[in-house]
Amino acid sequence: MKPAPFRYERAHDLQHALELLAEHGDDALPLAGGQSLLPMLNLRLVRPAVVVDLNRIEGLGDIRTAASGGLAIGARVRHRLLATDPAVRAHAPLLAQAAPWIAHPAIRHRGTFGGSLALADPAAEWPACVLALEGTLVLASRARGERRVAAADFFRGLYDCDREPDELLVGCEVPARAADSRSAFAEVARRHGDYAAVGLAIVARGMPGRGAHVRVALLGAGDTPCVARAAATVLAEGGDIEAAARALVAEIEPRGDLWYSAQAKRHLAAHLLRDTWRTVRDA
Amino acid sequence: MSAVREPPERWRDIELEVNGERCALRVPEREHLADALRHRLGLTGTHLGCEHGVCGACTVRVDGDAVRSCLMLAVQAEGCRVETIEGASARDAVVQALQAAFVERNALQCGYCTPGFVLAAAELLGECAAPSREAIRVALSGNLCRCTGYQAIVDAVEQAARRLSNSEPPR
Repeated sequence: MKPAPFRYERAHDLQHALELLAEHGDDALPLAGGQSLLPMLNLRLVRPAVVVDLNRIEGLGDIRTAASGGLAIGARVRHRLLATDPAVRAHAPLLAQAAPWIAHPAIRHRGTFGGSLALADPAAEWPACVLALEGTLVLASRARGERRVAAADFFRGLYDCDREPDELLVGCEVPARAADSRSAFAEVARRHGDYAAVGLAIVARGMPGRGAHVRVALLGAGDTPCVARAAATVLAEGGDIEAAARALVAEIEPRGDLWYSAQAKRHLAAHLLRDTWRTVRDA
Repeated sequence: MSAVREPPERWRDIELEVNGERCALRVPEREHLADALRHRLGLTGTHLGCEHGVCGACTVRVDGDAVRSCLMLAVQAEGCRVETIEGASARDAVVQALQAAFVERNALQCGYCTPGFVLAAAELLGECAAPSREAIRVALSGNLCRCTGYQAIVDAVEQAARRLSNSEPPR
């Protein structure tokens, strides 16, 4: 239950971190909040030669207004800040709604937004949220500079995302919120803070049937966080919530686990859709 | 076993503040904070249950926030202000009230999980003076107790909250 030996490198700025990753490539792992990496190190599920600590890099922990008018959230912003920051509440309330569902207070003090996105755990909250918000991931490397990837293209598989070993996820931008945008988040877990069986984020604006825009994203419903297009279309076009629930059940492909069968997860996803839709419709 | 190529042990000198005192430590870079507190400083009130962030027994405060000391490397605490159950119980009135309430309500049997519960509950009471039972359960959801059960623990936190807000005199 102790990590194997590794070389610890504390990056003093972003350039230093990118140089270390360029130098060590596959042998290095970036350490952000450590709330997933430290368990993996302790259990020796990973044995990197070098651990690059990102925690002392200035600026990575900031939330700013992006050039696009949306929010630019630094990769090292901790879960706790996303739950409490006034700019997040005003401009990306979905993130503030989802944050309290993440693990437990002591984990939220350390765990980071970018760490969770880059880990690409399909049961995590942030990947589904940035899909629902149509966010853009910002990556940097020494060799190729900065690169931007739409959230919809970023998550490629189980714990697999579009990040090269020499790249660092430096932040995520979410578009400016429309004045009439509403959002909700909910999940089902056996105990508060456990990995969710399934969770759902919804963002909606406009009047259903009159050019409304609805986006639904799920966690725990497949090998990647996924967008439920068919269900969202039914809702946007003013269709019945039960028709949307049927569309959702038909379009997702969850895997069963020790506690919930795939069928049970479909059932729970439909329930979460009804629940969150009621919230955004009545908001 | 095939030999796994791994780098040699590397040590690092760090300085940090623990329970109000500055201390200098020499630690292996891979050592987590809980092991450094226990083995190098003898602060054995910080308990290790699972060592992968599930049980909450190793909860300490780093720069005022409750964190899992098994999920942080000791070298990451360089320059930080760390407070363990030993320091908190000596100086923090909320922690003392919780400890008294845990005893009165029989909220511990073996006591292994208790330091973590007390520090997690103290953080809750710092943010909310009169939490509901549901809020207490949610705040303590990351702490596992395998012998007492949670009913008495929730009772104790409620009692400490009442006592701290002076709505119930100490026994």
